[in-house]
Amino acid sequence: MDRLNRFAFIIPLGFTLWLVSFLPKNLHGETYALSWPWIPALGINFSFFLDGLGFLFALVISFIGFFVTLYAVDYLKHHPHATRFFSFLSLFTISMLGLVLADNLIVLFIFWELTSLTSYLLIGFDHETEEARNSARMALLVTGAGGLALLVAFLLMGMVAGTFELSEILTKGDIFRNHRLYPPILVLVLFGAFTKSAQFPFHFWLPRAMAAPTPVSAFLHSAAMVKAGIYLLARLHPVLGGTPAWMNTLMLVGAVTAVLGSLAALRQTDLKLILAYSTVTALGLLTMFLGSQSTPALVAALTFFLVHSLYKSALFLAAGTIDHETGTRQIGLLGGLLKPMPITAMAAAAAGLSMAGFPLFFGFIGKEIMYEGALLHEVSPHFAVGTALISNACMTAVCGVAAIRPFLGKPGNTPRKPHEGPFGMWCGPLVLGGLCLLFGIIPWWVAKWLVQPAVRAFQPDSGPFQQVLFHGINEPLLLSILTLILGVVLYRLVCHIWIWLGVVENYLPIKAVWTYDFSMLAIKKLANALTRQIQNGSLTQYIFIVLLAFTSGVGATLMIKQVDVWQFAFSGMHYREWAVVVIVAAGTLAAGVTRSRLTAVCSLGVCGAGCALIFLMYGAPDLALTQLLVETLTVIIISIILLRLPGLHPFSAPSYLRRFLNGLLATAAGLIVTALVLGVTQHPLDRAVTTFFEKNSLVSAHGRNIVNVILVDFRALDTLGEITVVAVAGFAVYTLIKTTCEFQEK
Amino acid sequence: MPSLILKTATRLLAGLIIVFSVYLLVRGHHAPGGGFAAALTAATAFALLTISEGVASLRKALRVDPRTISMCGLGIAVFSGVISVLAGRPFLTGIWFRVGAESGIPVMLGSPLLFDIGVCLVVLGTILTLILALEEEIR
Repeated sequence: MDRLNRFAFIIPLGFTLWLVSFLPKNLHGETYALSWPWIPALGINFSFFLDGLGFLFALVISFIGFFVTLYAVDYLKHHPHATRFFSFLSLFTISMLGLVLADNLIVLFIFWELTSLTSYLLIGFDHETEEARNSARMALLVTGAGGLALLVAFLLMGMVAGTFELSEILTKGDIFRNHRLYPPILVLVLFGAFTKSAQFPFHFWLPRAMAAPTPVSAFLHSAAMVKAGIYLLARLHPVLGGTPAWMNTLMLVGAVTAVLGSLAALRQTDLKLILAYSTVTALGLLTMFLGSQSTPALVAALTFFLVHSLYKSALFLAAGTIDHETGTRQIGLLGGLLKPMPITAMAAAAAGLSMAGFPLFFGFIGKEIMYEGALLHEVSPHFAVGTALISNACMTAVCGVAAIRPFLGKPGNTPRKPHEGPFGMWCGPLVLGGLCLLFGIIPWWVAKWLVQPAVRAFQPDSGPFQQVLFHGINEPLLLSILTLILGVVLYRLVCHIWIWLGVVENYLPIKAVWTYDFSMLAIKKLANALTRQIQNGSLTQYIFIVLLAFTSGVGATLMIKQVDVWQFAFSGMHYREWAVVVIVAAGTLAAGVTRSRLTAVCSLGVCGAGCALIFLMYGAPDLALTQLLVETLTVIIISIILLRLPGLHPFSAPSYLRRFLNGLLATAAGLIVTALVLGVTQHPLDRAVTTFFEKNSLVSAHGRNIVNVILVDFRALDTLGEITVVAVAGFAVYTLIKTTCEFQEK
Repeated sequence: MPSLILKTATRLLAGLIIVFSVYLLVRGHHAPGGGFAAALTAATAFALLTISEGVASLRKALRVDPRTISMCGLGIAVFSGVISVLAGRPFLTGIWFRVGAESGIPVMLGSPLLFDIGVCLVVLGTILTLILALEEEIR
């Protein structure tokens, strides 16, 4: 099985090749649609739609997925659970591709949740460590809560538009923006997108998710899953965007996230955490730009998406190689890795310089376009430019810290002697880093083939735009140069910044992750308290609670509806029936009064036998037979076996108050059941089903015993369910007997 | 130590009770009886045997673990439903064969009978599991 692992890259490779073959058609704005009916009555179809936006995202996902899978083959070479990893990873890739290509809102939601689920499985892959388990649970709960909100939002959207098909919803933007349901839809969609894309205040799960193996971090938490929220915002931009609520919220949340993430990135010493927080920053910037309506801002968002995916995945993979070969990720211990790991060093340098925004690299183009978009942001150009400036400067500093410094200087103090990784592990970062450089030199290719069709997908009337190496001296260029200078200054001062940030962190009044921790703790405490009250181990208590709930519920309903059930007459009762009544009453009384357990059990058996007699007298021999047998068997099992079990305490009577309450509840329950039976029998029984069974039992089912025929023929499926329950209950009780008695002996 | 009367009586009665249980099983379709009643009767017989002979000798006589009996019963019940799927009808449709001369009263055998046998085995297996497990814990 392990040998098949290395073929796991076929899935992303296949998708990449198919998408690449679609490039020329994409340029001309052709789209591709597929649809299979699934639940037509609810308007849910398996529809998929490939347009410019979906193409860009799908290409990035499959391309980076291919390299990550290749990388993971070498990274997990001797891991015992490697096969499991690749099945999860493949499932994730397919879900992610399904998400960006889905045309039906419900199908999109299903793939959204699938990505959350596979992310949970991948983060918790090293499930022996508690940190991985907790991080996986945190990621699942936060993104799952967002997913739930998203489902409600999609259902509302389906109601407003009358259809779940995205391609139709995208044409109804004005209806949505003026509808009275717009505010709740917006809030829910934003909640879903923000939890998935780690925006403030839901950003805390992303750094924790670094407990996953590095290929997972490189793929899910930098290029793919966290971008799902960005994709959603971009996809719904024509429908929900343009209102002040959308624009202001996205601007604010994005800006806060970006600045917060960039400052936090400077505080970290673990390579992966540095990269995680810089991902948070990038996601914040993307959100901020998606708030705007102007074409340059949207171009900026899409271009930066591509820029970030390339350099971040390359850096993560390089960080993983460093971790794999040296045994540590702490930047304080790393140094002088250029000589032993030249290829990885080159790749990391290319990606890092792209992140920093040095000229000739793709990142430089990205930053220029960002400033161009920020200057034209409708909400507040100053705010946007300021945010971008601070974040980008911090990213430059981060580049120095994470991508340059570990490779230069003296050899560090690492647990293992470093050397270059195997082919699968340097090939990915090299190609991705190389693309950072290549696209920096020929940005017009990217603009024409990838970004322009994507922008046209949601702003059909945007004209062609230029992306060249050198625009001429204008404001974006000056701002880029300013960013670089600022970044270098910050890099120089990074040690001092680290200390200052540490001080600030200590004095922070509240942290976002505290809400999560607090909620988890509160839920646990509530569950404990409730369980202690209700499930205290005493069977009497359980029956008491069940009967109390039953009696009060049914009794209250009967009283509120003022059902008059107490209509009965004793006339015409045969002496046989009176005899049975006396027997049953005597049995009940004896069971309640006696002090001996054996007598109590046998008295209950007498009541059961009395019931069997009643069934017999009213013409239900099968029921009577079963009742009698069950009663006999119960008495045998209880009296001969259970009463001889070790550890059974001698019968001690509970307090008088307790016994009085028990008796009161028992009487009340009995009265309620009597009232129910009287109430039901007062109305004439509908004999339609009975007539059907009488007619068809002999003819179609070849049986004269209608009860048995119903059990094994007409309602056989119910009986199948019942015997499954019997079998499962038998296993459960068997396990309880075996384990409980083991405990008692110890 | 169970009394001599119990042991002797059990030796005589247990076989009869089991024969009666089989009788209840096959007559269920036309007269009171059926899978549940048959299983309960047989379980009573086995309970008697457990008390008089002891758990170990009963397990040896059964040869298979009662949990296996229960699972086999479930399998037979599901299989009886699958027969009709193989015949192109919905799951759990009754398929009947006619046995006997063309004239006179026909004897019909069908998949519901198989289903009833499955039901009987499941209930019997479960009750046996419980009885034997409890008896073992007493020692």
